[in-house]
Amino acid sequence: MRQFFDTYLSWEHLSGSFPAVWRGFRINLTLMVVSEIFVLVWAMVLALARGASTRVLQPVRWVAIAYIDLFRGIPALLVVYLVVFGIPIAGVPWVSDWSLFQLAALALTVTYGAYVAEVYRAGIDSVHRSQTSAARSLGLSHSSTMRFVVLPQAVRRVIPPLLNDFIALQKDTAFVGVVGVLEGFRRAQIYSGTHFNLSSVTGLALLFVVLTIPMTRFTDYLLKRDQERMRASA
Amino acid sequence: MNTREKRPIIEAAGVHVEERPPRRSTHFLELVDVHKRYGETEVLTGIDLAVEEHQVVCLIGASGSGKSTLLRCINALESIEAGAIYLDGVEVSDPDTDVNLLRRSLGIVFQSFNLFPHMTVLRNITLAPRKVLGLSRAEAEERAHTLLARIGLDDKADEYPDRLSGGQQQRVAIVRALAMQPKLMLLDEVTSALDPELVAEVLGMIRELAVEGMTMLLATHEMSFAREVGDRVCFLDAGAILEQGPPEKMFTDPDHPRTRAFLKRIIESGRL
Repeated sequence: MRQFFDTYLSWEHLSGSFPAVWRGFRINLTLMVVSEIFVLVWAMVLALARGASTRVLQPVRWVAIAYIDLFRGIPALLVVYLVVFGIPIAGVPWVSDWSLFQLAALALTVTYGAYVAEVYRAGIDSVHRSQTSAARSLGLSHSSTMRFVVLPQAVRRVIPPLLNDFIALQKDTAFVGVVGVLEGFRRAQIYSGTHFNLSSVTGLALLFVVLTIPMTRFTDYLLKRDQERMRASA
Repeated sequence: MNTREKRPIIEAAGVHVEERPPRRSTHFLELVDVHKRYGETEVLTGIDLAVEEHQVVCLIGASGSGKSTLLRCINALESIEAGAIYLDGVEVSDPDTDVNLLRRSLGIVFQSFNLFPHMTVLRNITLAPRKVLGLSRAEAEERAHTLLARIGLDDKADEYPDRLSGGQQQRVAIVRALAMQPKLMLLDEVTSALDPELVAEVLGMIRELAVEGMTMLLATHEMSFAREVGDRVCFLDAGAILEQGPPEKMFTDPDHPRTRAFLKRIIESGRL
């Protein structure tokens, strides 16, 4: 038992590694927030492209479907590896000059955009057709109908699965240590390598958990408030 | 004389010459041999119908006879396979017709209300006037409040639809359609989803509209109401209008045996 605690939860190493791990973890946090914002936007573009119904837009729809199939299939770690190591030497205009951090955010956005696009799509599909009928019959255009009637309802419904994907994204920010970003995991690894102790990694794990739980509770609260506002009987 | 050269002078005088497509029907609403199918099933098998301004025309018939589909075709929520639909001289079924423009002059009210659950009553009513007609928020809200006050629901303006009774929701849905100042109202079994004690308030509102001269085409199972407000009653059977005429004749002495059989069933179930 003693040995177990010494390996994972040695106070000496938890506290000793904390400054370095915390510094790294702040990068995870920033990366998470930046990526999430871009994911929310990019995924909406993909979801709308995938749902395009007019004949003219069919090619756009096929491209979106191909993109989603592709990036949902590739492990996030591989995308991070390919993007961060590949882009600077692939001579892609503009993007090639990006920093490690920017490329890492790009890689995560590319991957998670595909997941979240499907979440959005499920939400859009769940809004009953009669809502669209009602909006269109009032003379609203297709885009106004999406913007004012369908999407607000769809997004509300997908907040729990959206949060789920964000927790996954948050954790996958640890992948970017592999390509040399000095985020939490990389810092913790360096510490554990020099001190032959895993407590630095456990400490990081705890930070991730501490971050996730309040986020879940906060989302639950938001949803509940929203539902009470719309559903409760007077 | 070349009429084209006259144009600039008129415009200089500030007279706006609206280019209107040639009028293609002499009736306010006209359906000519309209066919509609869903896959293998032919839902409308050749509908001919004409409605004039200020008329109230009731569509009756069993469920599945095509009443709802007919209404949805008129405001182009459904496309038709053959035939033509004209509203105020413009062909609805022409692919070049701007359906968004067309729908401004058509109000439709559905069986299931279809209010937007994430918006207050007020926003439900002001959304289309603001986004489609370009009214300012103040103008649209004034129009909404006036209408709500007229039906005694102004105190519900800031409530969400789910807090209202079915009858109130349906009346709000009617107001939402009226706020667009439509020339024709299509009512699709608007009382069928309501508890019996709530039907009267909705029918009362429609009755007022009829008296005030609103042109309406309504699909209904409320036979005594159809008899009371309808200028004409059409009996639909298997996707076609089998018989139409003044309510008195339709409900007391219809010509077609199928109409008689339908009304007999209705009377037996105590709904007339």
